[in-house]
Amino acid sequence: MSSTAKKKGFGATIWDYLTTVDHKKIAILYLIAGTFFFVVGGIEAMLIRIQLAKPDNDFVSAGLFNEIITMHGTTMIFLAAMPLLFAFMNAAVPLQIGARDVAFPFLNSLGFWLFLFGGIFLNLSWFLGGAPDAGWTSYASLSLASPGHGIDFYALGLQISGAGTLIAGINFLVTIINMRAPGMTYMRMPLFTWTTFVASALILFAFPPLTVGLFFMIFDRMFDANFFDHINGGNTVIWEHLFWIFGHPEVYILVLPAFGLFSEIFATFARKRLFGYSSMVFATILIGFLGFMVWAHHMFTVGLGPTANAIFAVATMAIAVPTGMKVFNWLLTIWGGNIKVTTPMLYALGFIPSFVAGGVTGVMQASAPLDYQLHDSYFIVAHFHYVIVGGIVLALFASAHYYWPLMFNQMLNETLGKITFVFFFIGFHCTFFVQHFLGLMGMPRRVFTFMGGQGWDQFNLISTVGAFLMAIGVILLVVNVIITAIKNEPAGRDPWKDGRTLEWAIPQPVPYYNFKQTPLVRGLDTFWIEKMEGNKEGMTYAEPISDIHMPNNSFIPFMISLGLFVAAFGALYHQDTDKTWSIPVLIIGLAITFASMITRSLKDDLGYHIHKEELMNEKGGKH
Amino acid sequence: MDLNKKFTPQSWPAHPENSTLEGKNKTLGFWIFLGGETVLFATLFATFLALKNKGPAGMEFSTQSLFELPLAFIMTMLLLTSSLTSVYAMYHMKNYNFKAMQAWLIVTVLLGLGFLGLEIYEFYHYVHLGFTFTQSAFGSSFYTLVGTHGLHVIIGLAWFILLMLRNSKRGLNLYNAPKYYLASLYWHFIDVVWVFIFTVVYLMGVLG
Repeated sequence: MSSTAKKKGFGATIWDYLTTVDHKKIAILYLIAGTFFFVVGGIEAMLIRIQLAKPDNDFVSAGLFNEIITMHGTTMIFLAAMPLLFAFMNAAVPLQIGARDVAFPFLNSLGFWLFLFGGIFLNLSWFLGGAPDAGWTSYASLSLASPGHGIDFYALGLQISGAGTLIAGINFLVTIINMRAPGMTYMRMPLFTWTTFVASALILFAFPPLTVGLFFMIFDRMFDANFFDHINGGNTVIWEHLFWIFGHPEVYILVLPAFGLFSEIFATFARKRLFGYSSMVFATILIGFLGFMVWAHHMFTVGLGPTANAIFAVATMAIAVPTGMKVFNWLLTIWGGNIKVTTPMLYALGFIPSFVAGGVTGVMQASAPLDYQLHDSYFIVAHFHYVIVGGIVLALFASAHYYWPLMFNQMLNETLGKITFVFFFIGFHCTFFVQHFLGLMGMPRRVFTFMGGQGWDQFNLISTVGAFLMAIGVILLVVNVIITAIKNEPAGRDPWKDGRTLEWAIPQPVPYYNFKQTPLVRGLDTFWIEKMEGNKEGMTYAEPISDIHMPNNSFIPFMISLGLFVAAFGALYHQDTDKTWSIPVLIIGLAITFASMITRSLKDDLGYHIHKEELMNEKGGKH
Repeated sequence: MDLNKKFTPQSWPAHPENSTLEGKNKTLGFWIFLGGETVLFATLFATFLALKNKGPAGMEFSTQSLFELPLAFIMTMLLLTSSLTSVYAMYHMKNYNFKAMQAWLIVTVLLGLGFLGLEIYEFYHYVHLGFTFTQSAFGSSFYTLVGTHGLHVIIGLAWFILLMLRNSKRGLNLYNAPKYYLASLYWHFIDVVWVFIFTVVYLMGVLG
């Protein structure tokens, strides 16, 4: 049990990652899995743009097109954006608050495996009779009528991965409340920790409605329940409410951590304390709160009546206020700063105008009468891609460069990083800016082709060209990662030289127990304070070196998730009368899960201690 | 944490569930989890209220024609009493009296099983009348709401039973004390949800 890296065999490394409960390794798992799904969703996006490049195209059929758009949206939101954010949360948050690990290392691992198996289950639909085709929102009026098993894959896959997300959310809440180092008061927490905290609270309250909605859908499709079937008294609008009560907070679950990441990057590379820290915290909480009050703005055209529409319109517009506060705070952080335009900073600078554009179109749609015009048109597509790509994906790319040295002790190539940015950024605006006009000219979303001569041809072609530029950007990033991995040059501690928070104060490579001595936090940007005072170690310690308690690795999370994965196949094929093996498979799957859980309960897992002497002898990484 | 450390009622901490970092994390995490559960049940309640008495044209079933308050009252009493007995069990847990704690938990489980038996009888009775899960939206939402609560009762009972069996030979320590505490917290939550079911489903159903 020593951190001095003995060269492990390939099999031992795989086993290590299958059983790990270390937040740093789970971060890498999230990063790999999230990137995989990001590429899958990206290929789906390319297929969409190729099909729409010219009028009357027959590159893909109408039915396949529906499956592609459904899977593109579902994959990008649930299986790419969220896991990639979890990757950075896992990598940075415990270090930022001076903790040795998250509160529940075992659950951390369980959350990851549930997400991965749910995601694989959902994507296996491509090979097992067709993917879901009712849109990522899966409105009940469409999804109940969808033949085949696509929707069942959607409902069961999201159910499993959603459980993983909920577990991760609870874990971060407890970690941030209970595991902070001495002196790390709430108002000294780095902004990424704050936004992770609020986003986790949103996960806690937003995912249960999705869980219930998905169960209703499963019951309706598989067990002949009548929640959404109006002939037997059901109501299809219930799904829309439940989905958006989850779906709108989901937007903030994604974008708040992105805000947090950018706040870190702005402060670091403007080499200035984040402007208006307390108002940033307040704005984050306010956005999280208001995020639950606005779901019906997705349903203005359902016919809820003018009163409901007016209330939700006003609430939606109100969110622009705290968001605007954040934008001004970022601008004023840069203002007068000693700016270093690194790759992460470049993304951050590109983020502000892009995200503001997405925000402005959001306020336009918040106006219910105008929304009747914009609803279900390409204007909506343009809007949410400006928010999601212009906000979240730019944040993910920025953080990939920013946190790469923290996660892998290597620096991504800066020149290549900047070229990546240029391709991706230009491609992004090229793809989605023209879609505003397409929407205003009346092009509906989710159509698999269009007639020529309506003035849409050129804009669609431009949009497709932009998509290819974005794809080049993504490929360049992958190339950059490969080059960096081959070069394998250690980046060392605080590689950006301007780190402000505790994650940069720790030696590299980060010891598996994180902090040899728990740090004492002396203010906001505690590492910066220590550096300014000339403290070479970068930390003041709150305790002498003493024994460290560590959790044991465990294979049980993998088995629990695998059992549910197997059981889901049994549940899915139970509807087909010719598949008599479905019930045994269901039982076997659940048996695996429950047996794993019982093993966990019966076997005391108390962890182990790293002894003081061992810590004294260890250098704990190089400075 | 040393499992073999022996305690006396005097050396046993006042809040054994919170006296280790692990216990503290578990307690907080479980409270947060119950927050999520609350939203889950709120969603089920909202759906039930939206679909109450809704069904195919000319449906004969309604809350007034189906539900009988005496049965629901007996179930309520059983579950509320079981919550009280679990409080007694926790009282003894805090006083480091393992035997008394186990005894009160057995009473709790028996009362919970009584509740579960009556619920199964109730469902059986309704199905016999033709009011099934697939018969109407009312049926789907009723069985899902009350059934989800019933599932929580089953999980709670299984939790208590497994804890009692697992620890029957080794007594209380700071490793299993938080587990007992959280199981009883879960049991209280189930009880609170039932109070709402009794009010919203049965009382408001029968009395309008």
